[in-house]
Amino acid sequence: MLKWLGRQTLQMTSALGDFALFTGKSFYSSVKSRRLTRRIVRAFYEQGALCLPVILIVGIFTGLVLGLQGYYVLNRFGSDGLLGTLVSLSLVREMAPVLAALMLVGQAGSALAAELGIQRNSEQIAALETMGVSSHGYLVAPRLLAALLVFPLQTALFVVVGLWGGSLSGSLLLGVDSGIYWSAVERAVEAQDVRECFIKAATFGLLTMSICAYQGFNAHLCHSASGARAVSASTTRAVVLSSIVVLAADYVITSFLV
Amino acid sequence: MSAAAPDLLLHVEGLHKQFGDRTVLADVHLDIPRGSIFSVLGPSGAGKSVFLKCLADILRPDAGKISFDGQLLGTGATPARAEFRRRCSFLFQSNALFDSLTALENVALPLEQTTDLPLPQIRERSLGALRELELEDCRSHYPSQLSGGMQKRLALARAIVTRPELVFFDEPTAGLDPLRRNAVFTMIAQYQRQFGFTALIVTHDVTEAIIASDRVALLNQGRIGFVGAPSEFSSSQLPVVRDFRDSTAALENSLTVIRRGEPLPSVHS
Repeated sequence: MLKWLGRQTLQMTSALGDFALFTGKSFYSSVKSRRLTRRIVRAFYEQGALCLPVILIVGIFTGLVLGLQGYYVLNRFGSDGLLGTLVSLSLVREMAPVLAALMLVGQAGSALAAELGIQRNSEQIAALETMGVSSHGYLVAPRLLAALLVFPLQTALFVVVGLWGGSLSGSLLLGVDSGIYWSAVERAVEAQDVRECFIKAATFGLLTMSICAYQGFNAHLCHSASGARAVSASTTRAVVLSSIVVLAADYVITSFLV
Repeated sequence: MSAAAPDLLLHVEGLHKQFGDRTVLADVHLDIPRGSIFSVLGPSGAGKSVFLKCLADILRPDAGKISFDGQLLGTGATPARAEFRRRCSFLFQSNALFDSLTALENVALPLEQTTDLPLPQIRERSLGALRELELEDCRSHYPSQLSGGMQKRLALARAIVTRPELVFFDEPTAGLDPLRRNAVFTMIAQYQRQFGFTALIVTHDVTEAIIASDRVALLNQGRIGFVGAPSEFSSSQLPVVRDFRDSTAALENSLTVIRRGEPLPSVHS
């Protein structure tokens, strides 16, 4: 038992170190990488434009549900005028950064892991190395740099759409005065909340895209499978690990910032 | 032979590679003359691809020395290694083309990423390489839209666009029929003469390699069993060479029998 525990700990420490080196190497390679802007724009498109529909849909439904649930709870205490406060703080502080990150992991992260896994399998990554091109700088760095900006932007969009959803269910369907709703939103959200929201979003972006890239990049090291199955396993692992890390990091950041 | 000998481009000494308990390369010595087509022959599983990947810096050997143009390549990111990579190209068995890039973008990739050439010049050189390999009309095609032979030519265009001095070919004819195997070797020989690079080919196609190469080596069970001119290989009575020649001849004979519809000779005979 003790031996097993020791082996697991060593393995995990080694994997964490390897992951940290991978992320560090990717950022370092970006300094020397040529014509990086074009690839960052491409990553912007993958994480931004392609993920826009899912962010909009999940954002509006989250706002609608928050508006409904919040109204019935607050109405019991005769405080339905605080609906804007509840919806905005829930969204800005917690729900928007977490849910937006999970959606981006599901779409852009899984695509990244699968793409890198296939590129590893078909020797495209080895081909880059033989050309003297850093595969970290060429394939990974643009995605990580884009994530630092795209995740906060998508989160901001999620908040805006969510607030509008809350207003739809609260004001339009349940009769809360629209002016009261929006003035409560304005009064509730402070600069510190917005800052916290963006810090979370950028951290989630960096962590999740690094995990997805790392899993895809090392798909060939999968012990339990090879070929297409290894790509599938690494993609699944990327999504599961990223989702867990988002929730764990959310707790850690919240406990430090609140 | 000394590593600094002027006619040598690549000198390999005591190369050793092991995967777990399995020794794939054991004390391999080899000299590759500049401007030649050098084929490393051997049966499947002899360690040919591992040998090539160790030379091309894709795999790290456990022991041994590699000198390129008289410069000893150290381990890790040494300037000599960076210089070596700049002057070499690798043509993969699977071609390793980027499927999300067009033919022109695939060829331009090494120039865009390793040189400071202006974009119009990169485009001109890439188009030139495509033209040389008769692929100019396919510049906007994606690799999946090209035939197997065209993909091979595209991979060669990408390999030579940086004007390398040494090109590694990993089983360039794997999975091709005899006619196409012949065409690929003809293509390598033709462009080697045109561009003057040194070609190091690992293959198990004896007939084509003997015709196209200036020198051949036989790698068997991780060791070099023979090095010499193709004519010497054909007439060598060394047991390791004879066995390899006999095994490939036996395979060709049995294929002929299958084509004729005659009963196969016993495997043991």
